Amino acid sequence: MIVTKNLTFSYGNETHFTFPDIVCNASESVLITGNSGVGKTTLLHLLGGLLKPSSGEVIFDGINISPFSEKQMDAFRGKNIGVVLQQNHFVESISVLENIMLASWLATGKKEKQKAKSLLEHLHLEKHLNKLPSQLSVGQQQRVSIARALINNPKVLLADEPTSSLDDANTLKVATLLENLAKEYNTALIIVTHDSRLKQRFSNQISLS
Amino acid sequence: MIAKLGWKNIWFKPLNTLLSVLLLSSSVAIITLLILLQKQFEEQFSSNADNIDLVLGAQGSPLQLVLSSVYQVDAPTGNINYDSARVWMRHPFIKSAIPLAYGDNYLGYKIVGTTQDYLEKFNGKIEKGKIFEKEFQVVVGYNVAQKLNLRIGDKFNGTHGGAKEGEKHEEFQYLVTGITTQTGKVIDNLILSNIESVWAMHGHSHNESEEVQEEPKEITSVLLKFRNKMGIVTWPRIIAQNTKMQAASPAIEINRLFTLFGIGLKTLEYMAYGIMLISGVSIFIALFNRLKEREYEFALMRLHGASRIQILSLVIAESLFLCVVGFFFGTILGRIALGWISNTATEEFKIEFNPAEVIWDKEGYLILSTLIVGVIAAVIPAIKAYRMNISKTLANG
Repeated sequence: MIVTKNLTFSYGNETHFTFPDIVCNASESVLITGNSGVGKTTLLHLLGGLLKPSSGEVIFDGINISPFSEKQMDAFRGKNIGVVLQQNHFVESISVLENIMLASWLATGKKEKQKAKSLLEHLHLEKHLNKLPSQLSVGQQQRVSIARALINNPKVLLADEPTSSLDDANTLKVATLLENLAKEYNTALIIVTHDSRLKQRFSNQISLS
Repeated sequence: MIAKLGWKNIWFKPLNTLLSVLLLSSSVAIITLLILLQKQFEEQFSSNADNIDLVLGAQGSPLQLVLSSVYQVDAPTGNINYDSARVWMRHPFIKSAIPLAYGDNYLGYKIVGTTQDYLEKFNGKIEKGKIFEKEFQVVVGYNVAQKLNLRIGDKFNGTHGGAKEGEKHEEFQYLVTGITTQTGKVIDNLILSNIESVWAMHGHSHNESEEVQEEPKEITSVLLKFRNKMGIVTWPRIIAQNTKMQAASPAIEINRLFTLFGIGLKTLEYMAYGIMLISGVSIFIALFNRLKEREYEFALMRLHGASRIQILSLVIAESLFLCVVGFFFGTILGRIALGWISNTATEEFKIEFNPAEVIWDKEGYLILSTLIVGVIAAVIPAIKAYRMNISKTLANG
């Protein structure tokens, strides 16, 4: 589970964010909404350990990650945090399956080929294991991103605008998929979005302003 | 895994890779070629000059005398009187003296009148048949026998002079009595007879026009080995002052020759290192450009737990792979070129090169400098990747 307390962050002297406290337990989902410029992505990066807060704490299962060094943070992030980004980016030169295995190897030192395969099959990507990521459709790429975020059984799954480029039908599908996977993998799911279609879908919401 | 990723990455942009590898392999090829050529050339030159302290011959260019007598590449300086040469050959300072008399060739291969000592100097042995005993009997060098398909018992007519197209001696025929083993030295490309054959051949052709009673016997040169090393230093001057002959030292002359084309070789070498520098720059530009495209990729790897050091090593690994591939093709290319040069050199200069030889220390330095170029080319891109701000990169992606 993930808990934040009194999080603040500033870019220089100009921009200053203060975030509400967040609590999200395993298997639960929290939707963080807000308009552009209110610090959604900043919050996500703070939760993912990509940025250090100016003050306040981010606590995973009782461990405060704020004082971690960059190296400790890289290792912790790899093992405990899965991130699905707004844009689907991959290591272009290697196949879909190898991208998933790379994520596993970087975090744990093991390639976990079988696990990666079955995860991709679970997301109906079994036909695309050996294709290059660029050969897949946007929807398929997003599912690969999700598989990559889940390969190391993270404690928290963070999703940044996962539906911004999808139509209504697919938006609901992806939302359901993420929610089900969070339950299945016993992961806390935090979605950051301005997509009003999702607001009707999730009950647990925090609004930034 | 990092290494594998690096390997896949360099082939993901094959044109960039091709350019870098091409530049690098051409410079490595040139340097490899020069290293092998220089070493084997010097080796060949010194092994042919083993056991020859001085060459006694007609006055003229000492370098020419050495080239013609020791290496069989240039025209001789002229002939000397056998009797006056003999005075020096029998001197107590002398350990061995091998006379050489040139006159004819057969299809471009020199026929040299000499003694059995000449064969022994090169550690040459008779592979088939026996040594020449009588006039017009010849022993054929290994390569000559191979190229001209000569066998024991074959007969042929010599041609006057050193060129293939000269006047043919129709009166006498040479008889092949022996074929030598392969030595890798000049005798492989010679036809050897005794000195009397040369005299008989030429005495005869002169006899027709003029009545000759006591034609002075002539030879071309004598290869001298000293018992008393003092002679090597003093004889060139003594002989020059007291006779119409000269004594030249192969060691000194060849050293002079090496200094001469050493300048050319050095220039080529600098050029090759220049190309290597350019290939380093091309690797740098390729990596640097790719870095922009791949910023997101690196940020992504960091997101999944890659450390900064792993990203740094990925960039360096890619550069090193380019260098290793470049070196691999370069070293092969250089050897192919050497093999090709060797074919022409055997025909024209009676020198053979061995492309399979590996000169560990010099080629070791070469691979080392190639790798250093790779590391230097990768330093700036790697540090940029190392310092990248992942949050910013991902937010802008």
